[in-house]
Amino acid sequence: MASLDDLKKRIASVKSTQKITKAMKMVAAAKLRRAQESAEKGRPYSEKMNNIILNLSSGISDKENAPKLLSGSGNDKVHLCVVMTSDRGLCGGFNSNIIKKAKSYFVRLAEQGKDLKIITVGSKGNDQLKRAYGDKIIANISFKESKHANYFDAEKVGKMVIEKFEAEEFDVCTIFYNQFKNVITQIPQAQQIIPLNVENSEENKSEDSYEFEPDEDEILSNLLPKNISTQIFKAMLENSASEQGSRMSAMDNATRNAGEMVDKLTIEYNRSRQAAITKELIEIISGAESL
Amino acid sequence: MSEEFKIEIVNPEKSFLVKEDVSEVVVPAFEGEMGILKDHISIISFLKPGIIKILSKSGDENYYVEDGIVEFKNNNLSILTSSIFNLTDLDKSKQQDLLKLAEEEASNPEINDQSRYLVDQKIEVLRSLN
Repeated sequence: MASLDDLKKRIASVKSTQKITKAMKMVAAAKLRRAQESAEKGRPYSEKMNNIILNLSSGISDKENAPKLLSGSGNDKVHLCVVMTSDRGLCGGFNSNIIKKAKSYFVRLAEQGKDLKIITVGSKGNDQLKRAYGDKIIANISFKESKHANYFDAEKVGKMVIEKFEAEEFDVCTIFYNQFKNVITQIPQAQQIIPLNVENSEENKSEDSYEFEPDEDEILSNLLPKNISTQIFKAMLENSASEQGSRMSAMDNATRNAGEMVDKLTIEYNRSRQAAITKELIEIISGAESL
Repeated sequence: MSEEFKIEIVNPEKSFLVKEDVSEVVVPAFEGEMGILKDHISIISFLKPGIIKILSKSGDENYYVEDGIVEFKNNNLSILTSSIFNLTDLDKSKQQDLLKLAEEEASNPEINDQSRYLVDQKIEVLRSLN
């Protein structure tokens, strides 16, 4: 059994850890609110963008000559995966969930005999992937210096992806991120952005005819690169909200566990203190008796 | 009958501006300036760098945009743009910064014709503001 002094020290150390996790939880909660707000504010843009693209692509007459970003390069050989993770740890299963999702996708690609290229966004993902897939990672981007997800950063990633697509370095591009559902649930998502998956959801299909200036093709070829950046930006916003939510619940758990530990250690401390007193008493009494 | 329609300007971070009482909007569309009044036909177009003029009862407003997409439908004008500035907030130093960026871009010999056209346009507009 540990000595009284040791127990005391342990209790003190667990308590100070609890203070840290509690503070981190508070910070995450404050940041979460902001991140959630900006994720919600960013939605109209990507929704509108999506709508316009839907309208446009349904209006395109010549499917053969559609821009490559929409129709694909015609091949399905090389897959580019953009894995978006956080730059900081201590956020529960947030990063591992994305990585797990991505890895299972990689395995599937390997089974189908496809080539794989990876861009990691955020240093944590890079750390976890470079062990198994180090030779596949072609770039690692991290935005440690920017406090919030901003469009400028997303555009950087978007431009890089498009450049590589135009250089025919890959055929299909998928992004991995965590979708924010609520504080305790974040759903890892794989979303294909090149070629664009135009879902034929009936509700979005409007029968209105539009006038285009200049013509559809030109607008589309101008719009699609922007859409890539927008989708990446959306993923970044969702990710930052998810990260904070995940960190908050992880830290909440940690605080609670620390509390339980303190309780357990306190009981142990009191028991051993009592045991020591009893032992001393017995010694005194038996000493007195022998006289 | 009112001759007003709704305008919504959205940038990636948030909904930038929503106005319900707009009587006319002039946007710098790719193929030239375009004035939009109520009951305009549904149209999609994209913007080149320039000034958006919004005329409404509550006062006229001018915005500087660098790019964007306009969609007009059922008397709803949506403008999606990633860089927009209110002209009254755009002070000289900010203007100079933007101009410098544009000039840097223009001096890059590798850009294609379309981006060159857009950059030249940007420089022209920014210079005219001064």
